[in-house]
Amino acid sequence: MTNAGVVELNREEFLRYGRHLIIPEVGLEGQRRLKSASVLIIGAGGLGSPLAFYLTAAGVGRIGMVDFDVVDLSNLQRQILHTTKDVGRSKLESAREKLESLNPNVKIETYEMRLTSENALDLIKEYDIVVDGTDNFPTRYLVNDACVFLKKPNVYGSIFRFEGQVSVFYADKGPCYRCLYKEPPPPGLVPSCAEGGVLGVLPGIIGTIQALETIKLILGIGELLIGKLLLFDALKMKFRELKLRKDPECPVCGENPTVKELIDYEAFCGITPEQTLHQSGLEITPEELKEKLENGEDIILIDVREPVEYEINRIEGSKLIPLSKLPEKVNELDQTREIVLYCKMGGRSARAVQLLRELGFTRVKNLAGGIDAWIEKIDPTMPRY
Amino acid sequence: MKVKVMIPTPLRPYTENRDSVEVEGNTVSELLNALTQKYPQLKRHLFSEDGNLRSFVNIYVNDEDIRYLDGGNTSVKDGDVVSIVPAIAGGN
Repeated sequence: MTNAGVVELNREEFLRYGRHLIIPEVGLEGQRRLKSASVLIIGAGGLGSPLAFYLTAAGVGRIGMVDFDVVDLSNLQRQILHTTKDVGRSKLESAREKLESLNPNVKIETYEMRLTSENALDLIKEYDIVVDGTDNFPTRYLVNDACVFLKKPNVYGSIFRFEGQVSVFYADKGPCYRCLYKEPPPPGLVPSCAEGGVLGVLPGIIGTIQALETIKLILGIGELLIGKLLLFDALKMKFRELKLRKDPECPVCGENPTVKELIDYEAFCGITPEQTLHQSGLEITPEELKEKLENGEDIILIDVREPVEYEINRIEGSKLIPLSKLPEKVNELDQTREIVLYCKMGGRSARAVQLLRELGFTRVKNLAGGIDAWIEKIDPTMPRY
Repeated sequence: MKVKVMIPTPLRPYTENRDSVEVEGNTVSELLNALTQKYPQLKRHLFSEDGNLRSFVNIYVNDEDIRYLDGGNTSVKDGDVVSIVPAIAGGN
């Protein structure tokens, strides 16, 4: 965004970016701007993949990526940076290899770590623009607040199943994420992509829109999604645009801000029902469950996942009652018997346990780690998803 | 009058998977009341125990946030579209 005058393109770059150079709105000046710009991408997953590919191809001079994960086979349905041979490898190593081979002119900087309140400001201040491709509320609020404090634009995108949201939060010129949502939902109420699923193409669409907004920000052209929330519904193939306003009472960018430094975002977003049950001993390990079942103890085993998930795998003897149907089926359950609930990873069943406890059930427990843990510890022959 | 309320993906399990529901009402509050009467499980996802709209759910009438109109008293007319827009965080 700055110093565009001092960078020059080499012969290879003239040819590589030829299709940009001949657009009047980009041209040589625009391409120089791209080359002198720096962008930090948070997350090398579903959104991060298309983002990193397009920003690298476009010739953004310096691209930073933050992630701490390794590539899992279940990532490949959407995380196009990674391939089958990368499974088990660090996502950032895999990303670096692909991006450097796509465009060796771009400086790729990788940060193998979790973004935290301790490191976020130091990291973000080194870049012109931040692109948020994370998958959880604590990191989204952290990225937002850090960008507000450092006056950096935050190109935001998020996805769920068939639906996506995109905006550009730039507190200097418009609203921030907290103007839109002052507080996060309590943990467990909004399902994650791991629990709820996501259509593989969706992050491709949302991530490329984020890349486009980033490039427009760098070039200073067109109309940006500042003060607008773009909603995309893949099933209806509809885009809708809503107005976002700067909230004068916003706790970070409002007239009298109450949050003036980074906070503990895990605490802000609350502990999950799963953690609560763990702390109060209301869970059972796969090993304990196996023993009880083998001893023929009287246990009602309930699977609270969706029917499609139950079709893939299930613990023998379990009964399917999806979480959304539990309130209406609760009368069918015998309060005097011991009940164990499970889901894929333990999150939804933890909410189900809490729900039953609120209704007076005392003998209910959560299977820690869900059927994923059961497969890992007890029955590795079962299909995983 | 009947107004269409758009249901976001995360809340569709509570509306028999419908992506929109037509309900009767003259204001946003009336519409949301009619909606949660029809689908009682939606209630705790939209309202906190004190009856206020949850801070991670926004309601729009067409493209305008009701926080900048007349809140729950915002009146609706024929052809308006009301949207429920909750926070989602997925990205991975």
